[in-house]
Amino acid sequence: MTRQVKVVEDVVIKFAGDSGDGMQLTGSQFTNNTALLGIDLATFPDFPAEIRAPQGTLPGVSGFQLRFSSKPVFTPGDMCDVLVAMNAAALKTNLSVLKKGGKIIANTDGFDAKNLRLANYPDGVNPLENGSLGNYELIKIDVTKMTRESLSDMTMGMKEKDRAKNMFVLGFLYFMYGRTLENTEQFLKDKFGKKPDILESNIRVLRAGYNYGDTTETFTTTYKVEKAKMEPGSYRSVMGNQALSYGLIAASQKSGLPLFLGSYPITPASDILHELARHKNFGVRTFQAEDEIAAITSAIGASYGGSLAVTTSSGPGIALKAEAMGLAVMLEIPLVIVNIQRGGPSTGLPTKTEQSDLLQAYYGRNGECPMPVIASSTPADCFDVAYEAARLSVQHMTPVILLSDGYIANGAEPWKYPVSANLPLIKTSFKTELDEGEEKYLPYKRDEKLTRPWAIPGTKGFEHRIGGLEKEDITGNVSYDPENHQHMVKVRQAKVDRIADYIPDQKIDNGPVKGKILVLGWGSTYGAIKTAVEDLLEEGYSVAHAHIRYLRPFPKNLGEVLKNYEKVIIPEINNGQLVKIIRDVYFVDAIPYNKIMGVPITKTELVEEIRKYL
Amino acid sequence: MTTNTVNPVQLTAKDFSTDQEVRWCPGCGDYSILAQVQKVMPTLGIPKENIVVISGIGCSSRFPYYMNTYGMHSIHGRATAVASGLKASRPELSVWIVTGDGDGLSIGGNHTIHLLRRNFDVNVLLFNNQIYGLTKGQYSPTSEEHKVTKSTPYGSIDHPFNPLALALGADATFVARSMDRDPKHLQAMLLKANQHKGASFLEIYQNCNIFNDGAFEIFTEKSSKSEETLFLEQGKPLIFGAEKDKGIRLDGFTPTVVKIGEEFSADDLWIHDEADIYKAQILVRIFDNPRAQQHLPRPFGVFYQTSRTCYEDMMAMQIEEAKSKKVADLDKLLRGNEVWTIA
Ligand code: SF4
Repeated sequence: MTRQVKVVEDVVIKFAGDSGDGMQLTGSQFTNNTALLGIDLATFPDFPAEIRAPQGTLPGVSGFQLRFSSKPVFTPGDMCDVLVAMNAAALKTNLSVLKKGGKIIANTDGFDAKNLRLANYPDGVNPLENGSLGNYELIKIDVTKMTRESLSDMTMGMKEKDRAKNMFVLGFLYFMYGRTLENTEQFLKDKFGKKPDILESNIRVLRAGYNYGDTTETFTTTYKVEKAKMEPGSYRSVMGNQALSYGLIAASQKSGLPLFLGSYPITPASDILHELARHKNFGVRTFQAEDEIAAITSAIGASYGGSLAVTTSSGPGIALKAEAMGLAVMLEIPLVIVNIQRGGPSTGLPTKTEQSDLLQAYYGRNGECPMPVIASSTPADCFDVAYEAARLSVQHMTPVILLSDGYIANGAEPWKYPVSANLPLIKTSFKTELDEGEEKYLPYKRDEKLTRPWAIPGTKGFEHRIGGLEKEDITGNVSYDPENHQHMVKVRQAKVDRIADYIPDQKIDNGPVKGKILVLGWGSTYGAIKTAVEDLLEEGYSVAHAHIRYLRPFPKNLGEVLKNYEKVIIPEINNGQLVKIIRDVYFVDAIPYNKIMGVPITKTELVEEIRKYL
Repeated sequence: MTTNTVNPVQLTAKDFSTDQEVRWCPGCGDYSILAQVQKVMPTLGIPKENIVVISGIGCSSRFPYYMNTYGMHSIHGRATAVASGLKASRPELSVWIVTGDGDGLSIGGNHTIHLLRRNFDVNVLLFNNQIYGLTKGQYSPTSEEHKVTKSTPYGSIDHPFNPLALALGADATFVARSMDRDPKHLQAMLLKANQHKGASFLEIYQNCNIFNDGAFEIFTEKSSKSEETLFLEQGKPLIFGAEKDKGIRLDGFTPTVVKIGEEFSADDLWIHDEADIYKAQILVRIFDNPRAQQHLPRPFGVFYQTSRTCYEDMMAMQIEEAKSKKVADLDKLLRGNEVWTIA
């Protein structure tokens, strides 16, 4: 049979199945395969809250969305072209995001009476059979049967065999998009090298899926997405938490300070702990503490000892760390505090994304307790932001809060990774000599940045005591003096404010430098705002996009930037937080756009929203 | 804990005191403890700059300000956690933790047990005064039942902790008790705590003469001390009493007081063995109310001591091993395994 290869520009696939169906692995394999071809992409894994919610049920559905394109990609896409539904629940929860005319690849075995009942379909209704999917192109495959058949001569148990089901789907999609199987076969060899049976079964089923596509007449057409026109250079695929971990390791190497991570497992931040724990060869010390408070206070101890100290968590854990964050402010020692935000308050939506901890980062501590805050906007950006957080922290002797969120933490994108020689050095030095005229070490004497000197235990003649009680200016002795307290409160604030002299100006990401509307964002809304503004610019509207990395202090020119537009719109995945601060600091009557559903803002809804003001 | 470094200049207790005015209430037991620590420090052979004293919050936690070493007065209950991070990253330092019954057993109880099980090579000095002093007199997790305090006008209904049983339950590798009013014994225990490689847990009975005066006087006053206390010595029988005529004998698993010279001789008594975990379990349970009839005397000394690899050493070993197996190549890390190039 002759088949046509159709070149398409942009594809969004959603892999959906039971959380035990291996959809995350399938998705990430297809992602790597795509990335290696130089196609631009973005991913969005969507985990259920429970690790293993009852099989076949709606809450048990795990999804992985991948968008790939020959044009630059900034979001995983609003709607899908292809939906892989391993069972009835997966179809039901995801059908609303499938484009009309889109393809459904359905595993018919996942639509038996039991699965239909678990997915709350009325008795006797099977969407695959009743014509209700007429608006879509339905491809039905009994994946379970095919998998079993291709392994019929193997001795392993049925359950074991069924585990390879996801490989059938992956192989099938590889055929559909004209791919080769090499990188996945290599991956399987690395993963199951010591378990020859499992390796063999996975590879066989993968090939069976591919051949099924080839030999059956499912398609008259296969699809091809061309290489994207990306900046020349070498790329890899990277996930947010991974990039963040690499940023910390790089900062440790480039500052000469050993990396110490104090952390307590929490979704969606734990992957940073896992990643850093693997790189002990870089001298990384990871300490899985007994709780969130020990996680940050152990990091404070390590920082006191001269490490590049980090603690990682998510909202509820950050709340527990608040008192210790105040201690770090008082001690004026370096510390990077990473918050991978998730839906709140309380336990909230652990696996869903939200940007609702900005005000917590700004104000969530007792006393006047200022701290720099910076935020990452894409998975790859997590590298730069982590590096920058470390730089600010050690060069300005202050704890720094880094805000990321579940969406970018687990999302992947191509990363034009840096060469280490090109990374800026992070200059720091410990105090080992007295200044001229000094008789003894003065732990709270400040330099032009208003930072105090860092002397670490083991340095002879620099023995000193610090603590959480108010410090006397210069000497660091305990002081309850009223004037001194006022002075110290002001100087701690001034120290943080002065960081504005050491960060770049706010840039306009896209659009005119003066105009009708500025869409101002921070964090993971980057892709949605970027593409929404792009669309409106193409339509000829006067709209621009600026994305803030440095949230405290703001870049010095931000006030000027805001004045160049008639209106400022601030989209956020919260109930309006940056908008409060912008109004407070700049007296600008910014317009909030808020979505608080645990999912990213889409381009489509944002375009509609901005249009209202044009 | 132990640190083997030779000190070139002989230091004195004075070298360890600071220019800060000591601000405990006159007559507080903390003064004696500070004096003994300052006396012992110069004899350890550790350079002053390698010593770090870390405390939490409470009267006792003022301690670092008075020690001319490195020090941190951290936040309530967290001294043990701060110390864990410091020791993990700087194993060569001599780390001392000063905490109290509220700081170390109530708000910071969690960190205390985890530090002990991990066996960081540090010294925990837990000043037990059975009261909250800094907040002016509420009952603490070691206060006796029925205690009337500001927060328990009808008497406390909390059952108190037995700190040494707790420490042993957390698999501490060194468990000892001393008191503020016995400088010689306290100095000896501080030395032993320092010599021990691993987490040393030393409970020190400390009198708060303002809010809980005399809580331990039955153990510390000359008139009652010899009858009410039992000083443990390695390899020696458990003997007490003004006339040294009483001893403890194990009757099955039950410790009982016997008179020496009548039915039993010193040879029949319990011989103290710091390395015996089973006997240590019984020993820490000798915790009778001294006002009760037929009670046993309260033991002081080293109850238990064993050796177990320290957390920071294992951490360093893993790092060395990882370094020897895999070069730390930042570019290789950033590049990963799957790369493509756009020309
Ligand atoms: S309140 Fe008690 S423990 Fe605190 S300093 Fe005064 S006497 Fe000592």
